[in-house]
Amino acid sequence: VSASTAVVTAHEEPLATGHVTGGISNPILGMILFICSEVMFFAGLFAAYFNVRNTSPVWPPAASPTSVPVITPELAERFNLHAEPWFGLVLTIILVISSFTCQLGVWAIRRGDRKGLVRAIGLTLVLGIAFLLGQAYDYSQLGFGLADSQFGSTFYTLTGFHGAHVFGGAIMLSVVLYRAMSGQFTAQHHDAVEATSLYWHFVDVVWVCLFSILYIIPTK
Amino acid sequence: MATTALTPATTYRSGLYEWVTTTDHKKIGILYVINSFVFFFIGGILALGVRTQLAVPDNKLIAPDLYNQLFTMHASLMLFLFVIPMLAGFGNYAVPLMIGAPDMAFPRVNALSFWMLPLGGIIMLAGFLVPGGTAAAGWTSYAPLTERAYSGTGTDLWLMAVLLIGTSSILGGVNFLVTIFKMRAPGMTMFRMPIMAWTVLVTSVLSVLATPVLASALIMLFIDRNYGGSFFNTALGGNAVLWQNVFWFYSHPAVYIMILPAMGIVSEVLPVFSRKPLFGYKAFVFATAAIGALGFSVWAHHMFTTGSVYLPFFSFMTFLIAVPTGVKMFNWLATLFRGQLMFSTPLLFALGFLSMFLIGGINGAFSAAVPVDFALHDTYWVVAHLHYVLFGGSVFGVMAGVYYWFPKMSGRMLDETLGKIQFVLMFIGFNMTFFPMHVLGLDGMPRRIAMYAAASGWGQLNLLATVGSLVIAASMLPFLWNVFISLRSGKIAGDDPWEGNTLEWATSSPPPPYNFDHLPPIRSERPVFDARHARHGETGGHA
Repeated sequence: VSASTAVVTAHEEPLATGHVTGGISNPILGMILFICSEVMFFAGLFAAYFNVRNTSPVWPPAASPTSVPVITPELAERFNLHAEPWFGLVLTIILVISSFTCQLGVWAIRRGDRKGLVRAIGLTLVLGIAFLLGQAYDYSQLGFGLADSQFGSTFYTLTGFHGAHVFGGAIMLSVVLYRAMSGQFTAQHHDAVEATSLYWHFVDVVWVCLFSILYIIPTK
Repeated sequence: MATTALTPATTYRSGLYEWVTTTDHKKIGILYVINSFVFFFIGGILALGVRTQLAVPDNKLIAPDLYNQLFTMHASLMLFLFVIPMLAGFGNYAVPLMIGAPDMAFPRVNALSFWMLPLGGIIMLAGFLVPGGTAAAGWTSYAPLTERAYSGTGTDLWLMAVLLIGTSSILGGVNFLVTIFKMRAPGMTMFRMPIMAWTVLVTSVLSVLATPVLASALIMLFIDRNYGGSFFNTALGGNAVLWQNVFWFYSHPAVYIMILPAMGIVSEVLPVFSRKPLFGYKAFVFATAAIGALGFSVWAHHMFTTGSVYLPFFSFMTFLIAVPTGVKMFNWLATLFRGQLMFSTPLLFALGFLSMFLIGGINGAFSAAVPVDFALHDTYWVVAHLHYVLFGGSVFGVMAGVYYWFPKMSGRMLDETLGKIQFVLMFIGFNMTFFPMHVLGLDGMPRRIAMYAAASGWGQLNLLATVGSLVIAASMLPFLWNVFISLRSGKIAGDDPWEGNTLEWATSSPPPPYNFDHLPPIRSERPVFDARHARHGETGGHA
């Protein structure tokens, strides 16, 4: 790459590096396209959830002593997430707030406010980690596992892969935070902040959809 | 030229180190091509195993469980590690050059995309070393055959390998899209891009949107198998047909991932060797986009006989795809019509593509009719169809691309005589192998069976197909010899041996790491043609 830039500066005519000028930057466009593929990944999982849900005569699955594995009445009781959506709601609020703080960071660096960026991204990271710890705690309290019928499979696959994406986003936020603290971003150059923020918003939206289908839309 | 003075001080690096660590799209493209050929040969040997077993009735040479592994790995290697990466390799090599860019948008991501492929291939083939052998449920891996009860560790390895390869596809697709949208040279508007760049663009959209759905399917199956999940296990409340839906939601668009760039290669070769511009450039672009878009609405035509899909819709959409494909066929023929045809090897392979892909398209349209499909489903007719599009189409297109761009990649020409021998052998061998399969399918021979009775009367045609497969294998010998001697002592190619149209012919062969010292003005989709004729004092060649 350094060779090509050098060659360009040495010539008078416009040369091979002619990028389309203006518009969206390469890393941000790359992130948007990557998020498109992530949307389709979750679309596959969500489609599977609705398909399995539709196949089942009632949802969440009712107690059934004959099924393999057996769904005991206690287990069927545990599946009823609608009865106790409060912890999930707290997690939702944490993640939605973190989306706002993340955006505050983006707006700060667009103004050239590095301290504001560090504060906002730091807070976002703390909220993200709080969400992950909260989800781990929730898992320990649910009382059913991945192998407990199609309900357990879909619940843990959907929320687990979402959690993995939050974890990935937290790593990206950590890198952005480190770079922000060492003063690498300016009002003109902060593609990493913009791209990370887009990803974080996406992860947030996925959770809102997940919370809606797992805790809110009516059972059948 | 100021270029030499500006070359950065180089420290000595061994050739191997240079190739392993490279982020140059041309070197990565060549790595893709070499890697794909390695898997092509392994997959080909597995196919010879399959054909040997089927050569005579009641053959007990290969046990049924090994036979299942052979055809599963043959298809998996050919689709995931040969056709898709091979075309991505040509895209990698050619597209940045064709649009006048110095490299891909994300060179390091590009290297990552490549290196996942050999790793995936090794993981997949490692199945031969574990108890129970490789995946053996066919490349479609239908549940419940792939559930824990019926298949071993090889299937887990297969899932991991395909997941890696899929990730490589997604990252590659993102990279191509950003490159094409953002890295075009001044004057290279979207509607002046070579058709190859357009086909790679549409292919990349398919990769980015369809491959993650396959990833979700693979992960769900992995969870079913290893963590007690019940997505596809009907006994546990799951749904086996769900696998087919998510799998084909990827794998039908993937069929276009496997053919569109080959169409792109042919669309570059035909104009150059007919000495005419491509007929109906814009119609071709729109037809490509239409195939990509319609490709998302036909996946369930693989599932007509499951009884759980809405037949009229999927049948109609499948027929509809024949329209843009027909537009392309018309464009190609009209490009050839009254051209000054130059029967070099690339054109021969491109003509092979046209004729064989036409057969593959027509016999595919037969199967789109629901009642016909009910009769033909899972017979050798389907095997004939898919090989006419994937071998007759994609492989002939790939070979056209190899002969067309080898001079650019290596700086030397491939030998024409050996090329023509290869073409004739491959064309004859291909038709000997796969044409009889139409008849076998109509006779009711099911695909994926390890053995058939002599009384079935399928023996002769199967023997013919086996002999044909040996002819195909033989056609690879002149090819390998050709590459070997041409790299050592082939004719020096020069910048533009074919009098090409597109920008890769405006730089040296092989091009410098930064691709271009100087670009000709880009005022049409044939900038090199324009520059050549402007130099000769003729009128510009705007199409």
